[in-house]
Amino acid sequence: MCIAIPGKIISIDAPRAKVDFNGNIVDVNVGLVDPAIGDYVLVHAGCAIEVLQKDRALEMIELFRELEELTK
Amino acid sequence: MNVEQIIRELKEYDGPAVKIMEVCGTHTASIFKGGIRSLISPKIKLISGPGCPVCVTPAAYIDRCIEYAKRENHVLLTFGDMMKVPGRNGSLSQAKGEGARVELMYSPIEAVEKAKKNPDLTYVVAGVGFETTAPAYALAMEEAVSRGAENIRLLTALKTVLPALQWICENDDGIDGFLCPGHVSVIIGSDAYTRLAGQFNRPFVVAGFEPEHILAGIYEIMKQLNPGAAGSGAKPAAAVRNLYKNAVKAEGNKKAQEIISRYFEPGAAMWRGLGMIPDSGLYLRPEYEAFDAGSKGLDEDIKLPASCRCGDVIIGRINPDECPMFGKACNPSDPYGPCMVSSEGACGIWHRNIRQ
Amino acid sequence: MKINMSHGSGGKASADLMRDIFGKYFSNSVLDKMEDAAVLEIRGKIAFSTDSFVVTPLVFPGGDIGKLSVCGTVNDLLMMGAEPKYITAGFILEEGLEIDLLERIVASMAETAAKAGVQVVAGDTKVVEGKGGLYINTSGIGFIPAGRGISAGNCGAGDVILLSGNLGDHHACILSARMEIENKIKSDCACLNSLVDGLLKNNVRVKAMRDVTRGGLGTVLNEIAEASGCGIEIREDSLPVNPEVRGFCDILGLDPLYMGNEGKMIAVVAEEDAEKALALMQQTEYGVNAAMIGRVTEGKGVVMKTRLGGSRVVDVLYGEGLPRIC
Repeated sequence: MCIAIPGKIISIDAPRAKVDFNGNIVDVNVGLVDPAIGDYVLVHAGCAIEVLQKDRALEMIELFRELEELTK
Repeated sequence: MNVEQIIRELKEYDGPAVKIMEVCGTHTASIFKGGIRSLISPKIKLISGPGCPVCVTPAAYIDRCIEYAKRENHVLLTFGDMMKVPGRNGSLSQAKGEGARVELMYSPIEAVEKAKKNPDLTYVVAGVGFETTAPAYALAMEEAVSRGAENIRLLTALKTVLPALQWICENDDGIDGFLCPGHVSVIIGSDAYTRLAGQFNRPFVVAGFEPEHILAGIYEIMKQLNPGAAGSGAKPAAAVRNLYKNAVKAEGNKKAQEIISRYFEPGAAMWRGLGMIPDSGLYLRPEYEAFDAGSKGLDEDIKLPASCRCGDVIIGRINPDECPMFGKACNPSDPYGPCMVSSEGACGIWHRNIRQ
Repeated sequence: MKINMSHGSGGKASADLMRDIFGKYFSNSVLDKMEDAAVLEIRGKIAFSTDSFVVTPLVFPGGDIGKLSVCGTVNDLLMMGAEPKYITAGFILEEGLEIDLLERIVASMAETAAKAGVQVVAGDTKVVEGKGGLYINTSGIGFIPAGRGISAGNCGAGDVILLSGNLGDHHACILSARMEIENKIKSDCACLNSLVDGLLKNNVRVKAMRDVTRGGLGTVLNEIAEASGCGIEIREDSLPVNPEVRGFCDILGLDPLYMGNEGKMIAVVAEEDAEKALALMQQTEYGVNAAMIGRVTEGKGVVMKTRLGGSRVVDVLYGEGLPRIC
C-alpha cells in the first residue's frame, strides 16, 4: 500500500536527516534506522524505514542471479 | 537469467490456470503502470487483495474525521488518499469545500510542529495505513510526548496485513500464491509469512515494486507451483521467498517493530468486504489514551446496493468486471463501493486499465 | 504600500494606479486612447481565447502569475495556428497586495507580451476584500492565415506525435514552492511562438497542436484521440522528464504523464514530415528536448508501451493528483 522511495542521506542531525531524491532535498526522520552519510534509505511518509543494501543496478543483477539459483 | 527470459516463459505458460493475489495497493498500481498483465499468459490471473487501507476503512471512520474537521478549533490532518472517500454524508474533500478545516500532510510528524505552533487548535491526525506507516505515527507520538504537545489526537484506522491474509487463506482456497507487500515486509520481515506458507502450503513471495521485481515474484511463484515439465510426482512444500533483499530483512526492521509496540496494541478491526477480523487493527495503548480521538467502534458502513460485489472483489473471488455494477452504475466519477472510490482500489484501476 | 479599496473606486487612487503601473508598462497606440473599448482592424478568420490565472505563489522560480497569464493565452492562440496579435488583461486585486509586487508582475507581463509580439489593448481592474491575493484574466485574438485549418479533429492513422520537451516542470515547481520542498526545479512557463513558427513556416504538415497544460499529456492525448475518432500509441521510454522532476514525482506519488506544463506542446504531423519537424523543434529555444513520442493509430483510446514492452491504457486524469502515500 505504500509508496516509499530511495534517497541519499546528505547530512544527519538526529533524529532528522536531509535526504536527496535526485536533487530534491527533504527533511526525513531517521529514528527507525542507523544510517551513515552517503547511505541510501527507503523513505515513506517522511520516515526512513530501512537502509538499502545496494544501488539499483547491482540490486537487479543480484535479483536475477538469486532467481536463477532458486529455479534451478 | 534476465527479464526477457522471464517474460518469455510467463507469456508462453499454458498449464492449469493459476490465481496469484497481490496484497498491496502499490503493487496493484505498479502492475498497471508496468503493463504487467499484457506481458504474461492469460492463464496467470493476477488478483488484487485487500491491500488498500483506504478501501477497507468503513464509512463511520470517515464520518468521524469529518466531524472533527467541522468542530471549532480543530484541524484534521490527512494524507491525500482519504480525501475523496465518501462517508455517509459526503467526503473530506466535500467537507473542506464547505469550510471544514482539513489539511493535507506529507508525514504525521508534521503534526507535532503544527501543534506546538498553534496551541489553541487541536490537531487530529487521520491515522490510516498498514505496518509501513504505523511506525511513522509511533514516531509522531514519541515526539508529541517528549515535546509535551497535548493538543494532538490520533484517530487511527491502522491495520495489520497478516490477519487479513489468514482470513483470505481460510475463506478462499482459490488463491494459489501470494505476492507479499514489499514495504510492509520491510517492517515485519519476510519470516513473518512462514507460518502461513506452512499452514496453507502456498507460496508467499516478497517482491519490490519495479516491473522487474514483480515479474521475478510471479516467476518464482509459478516455479513453486509447477516445478518442471519433468512431472516429478510430489510437489515440494511451498516456501516463503524474499526477492526484495535490498530492503527486506528476514527479521524485518526491529526498531520499527519495537516502536509500534511501544505505542500501539492489537485489537479487532472492521475490514470492508471481509468483516470484523480479530487482532487485525492497531490502537493506542491505554497509557496513551489521552491522545486517542475515539478510534474504537467505528465499524458501521454505508449501505451498499444489493448488487454491489465489492466484498468479493476485495478478496479476489471475482474480477472487477464481473461485478454487475462495474462500469455501469458504478464508475470512477460516480463510485459506490470502496473498490471504485479509491484510485488504488481494484475496480478503479481496472476501469482505467481496460476501458476502451 | 499596499492596495486598498480606494484603488478600485474609480477615483484618484484608481487613476494613479492606472497611470503609474498599467499605463506605464502596457503603453501602445490602442491602449493609450483610453476609450471604453479597443477598436481594431481585423480581416479574415481569427482565433479568440480566454484564460484566468489564480496560481499561488504569485512569484515562483521561472516566472510569475503575470508571465503565465500572457503565455497561457498566447499559446492557446498559437495552438490553433493563429498569429497572436492582441490581448486584454483583467485584474482582480485583493486588499493588502503589495504595490511593488503588482508592479513587478505587470512589468513581467509587458516583457512577455513584447517578446511574443502581442499588444495589451484593453484591461480592467477591480479591488476586493482579502489578504493580498491577485487574479488575472487574459483574452486574446490571433489571425489565422487563409487556408490554414489546424484542429484536434484532423488526425489520422500514421500521423506522428511530437512533444516539445520535459514533462511536469511547472506543476512540480509550484507544488515545491507550496510544500517547501527544496530543489532547483523551475517553471517552464514560455510563449511557444518560435516552436510553432518553426513548423508552420517550413511547410510541415501540422494536423493538430495542443499545449500540455492542466491534466497533462495523458488528458491532452485523450482529447485528440476522441476528437479525431482514432487511437494513439505512445512509448514510455520516449517521454522526456527531468530527473529532478522525476524524483519529485516519486516523493509525492505523482505521475509526470498527468502534470501541468506551461511551456510545452504536442504537434501531430504527417508521417513524412516527422523527422524534419523534430529537427526544427530541437533548434528552437524551448524545444531542445523535443522528442517523437508516438503515433496515431486506428482504433480508440490512448495506449502506452511500457519500458519492458508491456502495454497499458492511458486514461484521462481523475481527481486532482493530490500527494498520496498509497
